[in-house]
Amino acid sequence: MKSNYPLPRWADLVLLPVVCLCLALLAAAVVVLLVGQDPVRVIGVLIQGAFGTPRGLSYTLYYATTFIFTGLAVAVAFHAGLFNIGGEGQAIMGGLGTGLAALYGSALLPAWLMLPLMLVSGALFGLAWAVVPAYLQAYRGSHIVITTIMFNFIASSLLVYVLVNHLRPAGVGSVESVPFAESAKLPAMHEALAAIGVPWPSSPLNVSLFLALLACVGVYLFLWRSRGGYHLRAVGSSPGAAEYAGIKSKHQVMIAMAVSGALAGLVGMNEIAGVSGKLLLEFVSGAGFTGIAVALMGRNHPVGIVLASVLFGALFQGGAEVAFEVPGFSRDMVVMLQGFIVLFSGAMAYVFAPMLAWCLAMGRRLLLKPAGSLPSGAPHG
Amino acid sequence: MDEVFVGAMLASTLRMSTPLIFCALAGLLSERSGVVDIGLEGKMLFAAFAAGAAGAVYGSTAVALLAAMLVATTLSWLHGLACVSHRGDQVVSGVAINIIAAGMTVVLGVAWFAQGGQTPPVSSQVRITALFPGAVSALQDLPLLGAVLGDGLLSHNAMVYLALLLVPAVWWLLFCTRFGLRLRAVGENPQMVDAAGVSVKRLRYTTLTLNGMLCGMAGSYLVLAQNASFSQNMTAGRGFMALAALIFGRWRPLGAMWACLLFGFLDAAAIRLQGVKLPGIGEVPVQAIQALPYVLTVVLLAGFIGKAVAPQALGRPYIKEH
Repeated sequence: MKSNYPLPRWADLVLLPVVCLCLALLAAAVVVLLVGQDPVRVIGVLIQGAFGTPRGLSYTLYYATTFIFTGLAVAVAFHAGLFNIGGEGQAIMGGLGTGLAALYGSALLPAWLMLPLMLVSGALFGLAWAVVPAYLQAYRGSHIVITTIMFNFIASSLLVYVLVNHLRPAGVGSVESVPFAESAKLPAMHEALAAIGVPWPSSPLNVSLFLALLACVGVYLFLWRSRGGYHLRAVGSSPGAAEYAGIKSKHQVMIAMAVSGALAGLVGMNEIAGVSGKLLLEFVSGAGFTGIAVALMGRNHPVGIVLASVLFGALFQGGAEVAFEVPGFSRDMVVMLQGFIVLFSGAMAYVFAPMLAWCLAMGRRLLLKPAGSLPSGAPHG
Repeated sequence: MDEVFVGAMLASTLRMSTPLIFCALAGLLSERSGVVDIGLEGKMLFAAFAAGAAGAVYGSTAVALLAAMLVATTLSWLHGLACVSHRGDQVVSGVAINIIAAGMTVVLGVAWFAQGGQTPPVSSQVRITALFPGAVSALQDLPLLGAVLGDGLLSHNAMVYLALLLVPAVWWLLFCTRFGLRLRAVGENPQMVDAAGVSVKRLRYTTLTLNGMLCGMAGSYLVLAQNASFSQNMTAGRGFMALAALIFGRWRPLGAMWACLLFGFLDAAAIRLQGVKLPGIGEVPVQAIQALPYVLTVVLLAGFIGKAVAPQALGRPYIKEH
């Protein structure tokens, strides 16, 4: 069932996400007002905190790096018509893979060998954690949404088990592994910039940002410039037609989830290899779910995902600043806003798209009417 | 000693299962009518917050319960607005509800009560306490069955028994009434129901209302009976476990109840088995027991232990033809 007023492409790609974002911000502003805060001040502090200083900007980009990985993961699965709600679990397993490689290899191997090994290990662990639900969906008929939710919980139990029972050094209270050797540490951005003579304040931002951008290019090339990507998208937009064209949809389900899981598994490169330098518990903390919001906001396109990731990175960093400066303001405001964004740009897209299209059509008609080019009531412009 | 242990296990199993049962029944109704409900977790969480906040401020059990049900039902209707009135994605909508609840409960909690996202504890008059307070001591001296009957079965509050009573009630509603027949039909084949002149939207909204009320009870149980106050993310995945339970119970009330009891038992056992060496097996990692409900559900869904068949029209938006 198509809407009577189809949205023009530019409106679908740019206007609709912006309108949805504004609605979500508006809903959040209402809540801010409700709890007796000043939305304008909050927004001011938030933007200043996220972009105002090089340090704030670094934090914003550091958060964005993780969101690019999880956002891309959701998007790739989505293009095959699958909803991968398991980014959280795949990222946990990816981090575990990255961490295990580092723990067992970092004392022996040099960095140029160690870091790629950690990357591959993380991607493979994430991939494995996504391929099992994919197999169960394709060949055993169980629903991927439910299976991936269950796998999120199993992954977090598994991580706790491995850390508590095997990796935690004896006599240490906090649940974390021993620190990796120096060769397993991804260079921080301020170190990398200092090497080329640019001074930059120290922050968690590290060179995995470039890895994330590379992943975006890779996903773009795969989805829109390769035969495999074409097959994958064909299955996503019309499984029946794809089947007639000789594309095996079951294979595509496996491929899409494999790529998706591998992307989510790269989160560990930012959080584990780039920042903490050891394996710990809460390094994903909801980023898998933020990835859903990022993919929805970014319209499942790499460029949109980068923009949406920076937006969410800014919200997380700015939100932390606001919580610091404004008493009675909780950082979880950002989580709530994220929920509103998922609601408005995901679940309610069908509520707003026809309204927006109607408004555009009306606007166009009103603009064109004085010129007399349209007979009354016929929208064949 | 042994019957005391059995009694205590039975008691904690029932206590752990109660919110799961409420929530699983809520999800079961919704899913039987063809609406996927990933948002159980969020609704339960928000309901718990509402019960905690209203209970602390107004000091009345009834107000707390009503507030919880009202909030959860509102969220259900929001889900309906996105996915029943319009053809939004039901899974995305449920995810949105979960995220909104996780964030907003803390935001409101911090702003209203300034205790780091917690609500102040509700007073003891507001709390729902044991229905038969004398039962445990009265049955203490009874040989063999005393502890099992007293501590295990009769020591609970009204909500535990209500949850158990709601299981046959929901079964009766689904399988013995006209409404139930239509509800199941709308989950299998909405076109047919529509052709018979019954409104699909109305049926699904009614079901979502019931769903919200049950989620409200699940949330208020956590605050009014199990703990005394709301704390950040206090549902801790129970909504998803209830979702697993209703699937594990193959979308049937009795099956869902047994699954909830099993999962509740595992929860209770995980606490007791910490560091205990079982004969023949050795020490069982707590995390393995905690993950077992999810593993079991995956295995069942994959068709390795019998087949679980979802309602036919589950997750598909219904578009009325003109």
